[in-house]
Amino acid sequence: MRSLVLVLTGLVVIGFAFWAYRENYRTQAALAETRQLQQEIAELREALAVQRAEWAYLNRPERLRELALLTFPRLGLVPIDADRFGRIDEVAYPPVFLGGLEGVIDTAALEPRMVEAGQ
Amino acid sequence: MIRTPLRPLARILSARQKGENPDAIERENLRLRHEEMRDRQRARAEGRLLILGLFFFAAFTVVGARMGSLAASDPVEPVATTSGASILAQRADIVDRKGRVLATNLATHSLYAQPPLMVDPVRAAEELARLFPDLDAGKLKKDFTGPRKFLWIKRRLSPEQMQAVHDIGDPGLLFGPREMRLYPNGSLAAHVLGGAGFGREGVRSAEVVGRAGVEKEFDTWLRDPANGGRPLELSLDLSVQAAVEEVLAGGMKLMQARGATAVIMDVRTGEVLSLASLPDFDPNDRPAPVPGRAPGDSPLFNRAVQGVYELGSTFKVFTVAQALDEGLVTVDTVMDTKGPLRWGRFTIRDFRNYGPRLTVREVLVKSSNIGTARVAEMIGADRQQDFLKALGFFEPTAFELAEAPTGRPILPKKWSEIVMLTVSYGHGLSASPLHLAAAYATIANGGVKVTPTLLRRTLPPEGGERVLSARAARDVLALMRETVQHGTASFADVPGYAVAGKTGTADKPNPQGGYYEDKVIATFAGVFPAHDPAYAIVVTLDEPVETSGTEPRRTAGWTATPVAAEIIRRAAPLLGLRPEVEPGAMPAVIRIRN
Repeated sequence: MRSLVLVLTGLVVIGFAFWAYRENYRTQAALAETRQLQQEIAELREALAVQRAEWAYLNRPERLRELALLTFPRLGLVPIDADRFGRIDEVAYPPVFLGGLEGVIDTAALEPRMVEAGQ
Repeated sequence: MIRTPLRPLARILSARQKGENPDAIERENLRLRHEEMRDRQRARAEGRLLILGLFFFAAFTVVGARMGSLAASDPVEPVATTSGASILAQRADIVDRKGRVLATNLATHSLYAQPPLMVDPVRAAEELARLFPDLDAGKLKKDFTGPRKFLWIKRRLSPEQMQAVHDIGDPGLLFGPREMRLYPNGSLAAHVLGGAGFGREGVRSAEVVGRAGVEKEFDTWLRDPANGGRPLELSLDLSVQAAVEEVLAGGMKLMQARGATAVIMDVRTGEVLSLASLPDFDPNDRPAPVPGRAPGDSPLFNRAVQGVYELGSTFKVFTVAQALDEGLVTVDTVMDTKGPLRWGRFTIRDFRNYGPRLTVREVLVKSSNIGTARVAEMIGADRQQDFLKALGFFEPTAFELAEAPTGRPILPKKWSEIVMLTVSYGHGLSASPLHLAAAYATIANGGVKVTPTLLRRTLPPEGGERVLSARAARDVLALMRETVQHGTASFADVPGYAVAGKTGTADKPNPQGGYYEDKVIATFAGVFPAHDPAYAIVVTLDEPVETSGTEPRRTAGWTATPVAAEIIRRAAPLLGLRPEVEPGAMPAVIRIRN
């Protein structure tokens, strides 16, 4: 009985040692991965900062002004002035497409059913 | 356990035979037994003490060893516990009110040399001098071959320059990482941003320190890692600032002025949306101040905040506002304006003779010095001082720029009667354009004091002090509107934006005493739109002259005012102001009998 307990205890100790060994290595692997990820995050963040700086640099008002001047024949951009403000009711509805037929009589003459369907 | 009896029969019997007391044997045995028990207990107690001692020893050893290792080891970032995202050891960005970047950081490299490691110092020096024309080959050669062990060569390198230095291939040329402050918009808002430079420098890193402007004012905040990379939000609007600087630069050139400044301010919150001062500089490469030259001529000088000028007739608005507020006059009170007005040895004249009598309205609209001086006489020196003090003209502005405290108004030493008269139309008291903008904003805000700020605010600050009744503020605003409609500031009329304002032309004081004949400071100060004030604007030109006519014109109505009008025309739509038809007097129904 006693030797059985001893053997079992020994086995449990060996088991725990094995588990602890594995956990230790897994932890170290996880830490190494975290470290690498953080390094990557830091690099990406730095790259992001550079992109942001470049974005700001490319969008500086001075450059945009020059670009507006260069592309004026195509885009016709001018500084915004007071005439550019409108009201929503000044916007026209898009014209209804009638299939190229303008006159009511033409439409009715060509396709009587269309007129009926419209009623 | 074998117990020895206390009275063993054999010994008792033999003792009785010898006539001894058998109790002595019992006592003796009892004593021995007690001694034995005591020894056992002592041994046990000693064992326990030993274990306890060992336990404490181990505990203290662990604590000591841990403390020792913590003290001796290099600090490392905790890897497992935090993501590391919350703390950024970077100087915070500066952005405008819409989040557009005004200042950010860029990782670059610095170049240094360690001559003992060099293979071919002479060739390295020659190559470096070829790459960087500002370096002197002879001096580099001397440094590389001399006794020096370390020297800085370049503070900042672009990646291309770094590659070129790499290609020289000398192991004695080394690079250290450097965080650089970048202002992507160049000279835009240069005076607000100020600039930054390197503080303490090491090979691995260098401290970035604010040199002027908000960079200096908020230096501690910008460096504080606890902000977690949150940018500093300014009240400036980048596009408005760009438009203002463009128009102002054009106006300054057209009017042949030495300098120019413009301020646009929100009249409710006190946020400064644009603050321009020309000539300006590039904060990426902040020039060093030139010793010996007047600081006021340097491009580093912020005319809007540091420059104090006699702002001329723009002050008449305050005199009239105070008189209206105190009920001394109404807009239709007739003032005696027969000139010139003599006071001791001083003579006060008008720009041109406006006749013997003007109403208060006409005094402001036509800008009569004599009329304003007469109004000031009614107010008195003490109350005039109190009012100007309440408007903030006695102290530097509480503006968030490192230079703001240097913009201290120049006050007359003694507030005599003649000072009272001249101050009423803006001579004898010097203040910065920002002071003026804040005071005009106060009038536009219905008489509640406005403090200028550079930080973005979402709500107007609570508890502004009232310096003027709402009624007087409204009346004086209407007078300012009339000044633009048919007075001295008629060039400021921008259709749709109902500008109200006042011009001011002040002769420049001569450092030798007296005033220059042909040098003026021309100012336009105004508010728009007049019926629902949103923004205050101040434009000041230094020594402008307009030469399109037969003779040179220097008055603000011809110089600063058209520039201000153009700024409003450009900036108002950018500020999101929709042009409006001004609510005028309703047409009355007149009964006609025929």
